[in-house]
Amino acid sequence: MIEYWKTNWPIMVVDLQQHATMVLASLGIALVIAGVIIILLMHRKNWLNGLVYFFSLLYSVPSFAFFTLLLPVSGLGMRTAIIVLTLYCEYVLLRTFITGIREVDPSLVEVAKGMGMTAQQVFFRVQLPLATPAIFSGLQVALASTMGIATIAATINAGGLGQLLFEGLQSQQVVPILWGTLLTVILTLVCAGILKLIEWLLIHRWQSVVNQRKEKRA
Amino acid sequence: MLTQIIHYFQTDSSQYWLYVWQHIYLSLITLSIAMIIALPLGYIGSRIKTVAAFCTAFAQVLRIIPSLALLFLLIPFIGTGMLPALIALVILALPSLLINTILGFNEVSLLYEEVGTALGMDRRQLRRQVEIPLALPYILNGIKLALVEIIASATLATYIGAGGLGTLIFTGLGLYDMTYVVIGGVSVAILSLLSMIGFDFLIRRIQRYDRASYSI
Amino acid sequence: MTEPVIQFKNVQKRFGKNIIIPDLSFTINRGEFVTILGSSGSGKTTTLKMVNGLWKPDAGEILINGQKISSLDLVKLRRHMGYVVQQIGLFPHMTIAENIAVVPKMLRWDQEKIEQRVEKLLDLVQLDPQKYAKRYPNQLSGGQQQRIGVARALAVNPPFVLFDEPFGALDALTRIELQKEIKRIHESLADKTFMFVTHDINEALFLGQRVMVMHEGQIEQFATPEEIVTYPATSFVRELLGTVQQNQSLWGNYHD
Repeated sequence: MIEYWKTNWPIMVVDLQQHATMVLASLGIALVIAGVIIILLMHRKNWLNGLVYFFSLLYSVPSFAFFTLLLPVSGLGMRTAIIVLTLYCEYVLLRTFITGIREVDPSLVEVAKGMGMTAQQVFFRVQLPLATPAIFSGLQVALASTMGIATIAATINAGGLGQLLFEGLQSQQVVPILWGTLLTVILTLVCAGILKLIEWLLIHRWQSVVNQRKEKRA
Repeated sequence: MLTQIIHYFQTDSSQYWLYVWQHIYLSLITLSIAMIIALPLGYIGSRIKTVAAFCTAFAQVLRIIPSLALLFLLIPFIGTGMLPALIALVILALPSLLINTILGFNEVSLLYEEVGTALGMDRRQLRRQVEIPLALPYILNGIKLALVEIIASATLATYIGAGGLGTLIFTGLGLYDMTYVVIGGVSVAILSLLSMIGFDFLIRRIQRYDRASYSI
Repeated sequence: MTEPVIQFKNVQKRFGKNIIIPDLSFTINRGEFVTILGSSGSGKTTTLKMVNGLWKPDAGEILINGQKISSLDLVKLRRHMGYVVQQIGLFPHMTIAENIAVVPKMLRWDQEKIEQRVEKLLDLVQLDPQKYAKRYPNQLSGGQQQRIGVARALAVNPPFVLFDEPFGALDALTRIELQKEIKRIHESLADKTFMFVTHDINEALFLGQRVMVMHEGQIEQFATPEEIVTYPATSFVRELLGTVQQNQSLWGNYHD
């Protein structure tokens, strides 16, 4: 395995970089879109539900088929891959964000309204901060699944760590397959760790206190 | 493109249906095997914490291993063909089945178990009349997610020689012939959507008791 | 004519190291309506749950119809012992009719008999069978749900019915209405033994032919409501009655 790394590391680093670009770009775009959708449609429950179901249908389209179906439209390469990955992320993010926000204790929302907050203030000062853990767990799920699906993007010449898997398949060698798997897992874990760190920085001050209170009540 | 697609169906429709059949066959066999393993295990998991912890850990690990990698990793050990595909697909289907089965049985409130017992139900009646019906929507949701995952991954299983609709996409990509790619892609998408919508419909029917909540 | 049907003899119950009930003995006779009054932690619910064997005593004996409960088939016993709880516990996936029919079905009654019985019970708890039989519990109000809970407990005409704070979660008006009704039901069904746990002293005194006042796992007094009010046996019972008089004096003023 070390031998393979020594001879192929320049290509592997490129694969890794492509993989990370593909996934992080999709996740970022999906995050922005999810934010816009939720801010615009927060109070239109039926629209949101409809939209989530629509994305869930897209999500259920197998990725291999999805990638290839976009070929006539957007051609081979990373652009197509990013479009597909963004759509997959969108479903996960929207679903978890919406549930997270809806699960914020309604009495808190009422209290906030009672204190004279506008709908916007309620959303940004109460609902959004309290939904942060749910939002981050959604990001984690989206991250892990996108990392996996991105390997399939190698079939449409988008590069990424899938290249290593297919190389192993074609040359009947297990080493590249192992490297591909290992690097994907490591990349996922590193990104997940960074997400976790950001989450901690955002909410650690009140999160631990809230958890303590919950434990006491239980 | 449309004329090419029509042409394909005129000349090769028997081949097309063979692929569809292979795909459905592989998916259903996989689903049945995965259910035979996961449903009892999930039920046990809802009773015994260590089993549940094991199942969750297993699901977590599988979540970060790409399904493509899992399919390919078996080749050196079992070679190509239907069998390694079946094994890989079963493994991929297990997490959603396990997690949702455990969740479903855990969601059954202890109150209903106590009331059932107090009404004179024995262990078996409690399971059949109370626990399973109340856990069923969750279990069905798990089966739905597993099936969607299987159908998707079965498309990739083409690469390790399992046949199915992935073959069309694979061939199309090789020849850069969009006709095959589109026929294969659309068929798999339809298969997946149909299973999803079908299960959603079923779950909604079973849960009809939950829909009309009393409100003042 | 008194015939003992539920007897506790030196019963003890522990949860881990906590002794909930140190030593409990009492006798309940056929056809009695007994209320058990106590605050939370008094052991009243524990006592009730030992009658249908949901919990087992750590020492002592419980006799049902003169037979040791440890020698009885609990499943069979429970099918002839109605059980109503505060959380109501109607099965959400079954219709009202199916909920009431759970025990009759287990006893393999034929369909026609079950249907007749469901209709009769819905009449008894004053809910229109035409309107309610096919509905699901979620479509009913709390008070209506508990009426079904009572109907389910009475389904196979059991000689015993156990109530565990059944009206505790209902609003005051609904509660009073259901109290009257449960009293009427007990009077109309001859020979049924009711055991009714509550922390509401008014409810206990109104419903019980005899009231068992419990405190820290022991019986403070077990007597008729009149006796308890006129001759409270212990300082605890006196204090308990004191709270009622205090309340009455509080709102009594508004009537002047």
